[in-house]
Amino acid sequence: MKQSVLDLQTQLQQLFPEWVRSSSIQFDELTIEVVPEHAHDLMLALRDQVGFDQLMDLCGVDYLSYGQANWETTSVTQTGFSRGVFDFEEAEDTGAADMPRRFAVVYHLLSVANNRRVRVKVFAEKTQSPQVDSVVDVWRCADWFEREAFDLYGIVFAGHPDLRRILTDYGFVGHPLRKDFPLTGHVEMRYDPEKGRVVYQPVTIENRVNVPRVIRHETAQKQGG
Amino acid sequence: MSEIRNYTLNFGPQHPSAHGVLRLVLELDGETIVRSDPHIGLLHRGTEKLAEYKPYNQSIGYMDRLDYVSMMANEHAYVMAIEKMLDLDVPERAQYIRVMFDEITRILNHLMWLGAHALDIGAMTVFLYAFREREDLMDCYEAVSGARMHATYYRPGGVYRDLPDTMAKYDESPWRQGKRLDELNETREGSLLDFIEAFTERFPGLVDEYETLLTDNRIWKQRTVDIGIVSPERALQLGFTGPMLRGSGIAWDLRKKQPYEVYDRMEFDVPVGKTGDCYDRYLVRVAEMRESNKIIKQCVDWLKTHPGPVISDNHKVTPPSRELAKTSMEALIHHFKHFTEGFCVPEGEAYSAVEHPKGEFGIYMVSDGANKPYRLKIRAPGYTHLAALDEMAKGHMIADVVAILGTQDIVFGEVDR
Repeated sequence: MKQSVLDLQTQLQQLFPEWVRSSSIQFDELTIEVVPEHAHDLMLALRDQVGFDQLMDLCGVDYLSYGQANWETTSVTQTGFSRGVFDFEEAEDTGAADMPRRFAVVYHLLSVANNRRVRVKVFAEKTQSPQVDSVVDVWRCADWFEREAFDLYGIVFAGHPDLRRILTDYGFVGHPLRKDFPLTGHVEMRYDPEKGRVVYQPVTIENRVNVPRVIRHETAQKQGG
Repeated sequence: MSEIRNYTLNFGPQHPSAHGVLRLVLELDGETIVRSDPHIGLLHRGTEKLAEYKPYNQSIGYMDRLDYVSMMANEHAYVMAIEKMLDLDVPERAQYIRVMFDEITRILNHLMWLGAHALDIGAMTVFLYAFREREDLMDCYEAVSGARMHATYYRPGGVYRDLPDTMAKYDESPWRQGKRLDELNETREGSLLDFIEAFTERFPGLVDEYETLLTDNRIWKQRTVDIGIVSPERALQLGFTGPMLRGSGIAWDLRKKQPYEVYDRMEFDVPVGKTGDCYDRYLVRVAEMRESNKIIKQCVDWLKTHPGPVISDNHKVTPPSRELAKTSMEALIHHFKHFTEGFCVPEGEAYSAVEHPKGEFGIYMVSDGANKPYRLKIRAPGYTHLAALDEMAKGHMIADVVAILGTQDIVFGEVDR
């Protein structure tokens, strides 16, 4: 398997030297990062020249809090290990709204004819209103995937014929899978017997963490490690 | 002359053949579908968001609840992604157990699909027949995990525990007694493997029963033949996988093409359709049940003669046995760490896919080195299939929408996530 992945990597680098920003192989999976303005051209070429006839998956990723842990255990201080840090309040406006390379769109392509896969990553250039070209005209099934990424991350797909919310409720505000959106959400729904209908109100449950997020580099590498 | 407008019909979300909570907005010209706009998300539970806030192990149970008629297949993709990133080896016996339960799951799923699909378009009996066999298979789930549906049986590094030596029996009750009770318990005298083996022996005959009811049935054919035809080119464009793709004549099966676990040692065929209509997809799925049955039989034979560990002994990832934790200090620490903090997965990203009963079920996982996934994307096969409903239903009669929905094998647990 490994050799074919390497071959594909060289092939793609030779075919599209200007469009592919970087490529890497991990776990026998090839990931290429593409320059946003050429994303659509590359997708079309991947389909027609390289034979990736199927779009398996398309999803957004928010890199806002990548590599951040609740609990830093790397440094032992005089007072012992540092304690858990939970910044529920601040999470809303960490000021990282201008973080470059925050939103990425990840495409998983499959070639049924050649039996191989590739992962293509496009970072949206702007963070305030991230925008990426739509690939609905390349693979029809991108339609709902792009609507989903728009719904959950607020990534706008230029050229999409019908970019509506898909998974969240009618009239939902916000993009729930963004890292600065709290797990509990902002509103909850209940039946109001006086009004005789369902009403929305601010959430009453408290945000809490049962297991802190911890990053350890040394553990769980290889068997019996 | 007054203006003639298309009629808009709201189908669901509370409709018996909407397969859960689908709301379809249909634009009709008389009885012909002009446009259909599925509104999904009524069962959205935010599984992906929840998984980002939980240690890896605690999300396995959520995977069961995605496609709630093929539970273990979902778990399989999830644990495989973790194993890939941890570079964790799975004992051979566990791989066989997984393959066996994947196929049991496939039969469970296809039986549910067959029963519900037939019920939707007017055949009542198949549903009752299908649920009779589902009962036996759910007993297998219960025997290994204690739960009939949401098993949480697969764990990173193997499966939770080995197959039991005994099978639960029916008790005597006013409804089950005497000869009837003995008949029910006849195959339950031995171990779970004996029970499954007995099942594989009688199952082909039972599939014949379903086929007698449907395959040459005139009404069944009228409702399914030439309905919802998808050409191979369109099937690829629309992102079809699994029986939907094979029904259109493309022999693509991850178990053959990109084998995982021990599927490369299994002997089975990949059934393929010809015209790509609902009837072909019905034939493909029925043939798949027979193939699954063959695979289960091969696994049972192997498992009977090859005892061994069923979960990795890398206790950084898998919990040590209770016995060990009480005698070894290191094991105690591992036990404590495992259940309080979980394990950290090295930084990176991986995509793992399994041939789920409905198609390709994939997990795309991004880890930043923490004990919780940074991003988990669930690639559900039903999502792309339902997206194609508009194209498949266009020009058909309104009653055919039900047949097309049925043939897509939609389960909202995975579509809405």
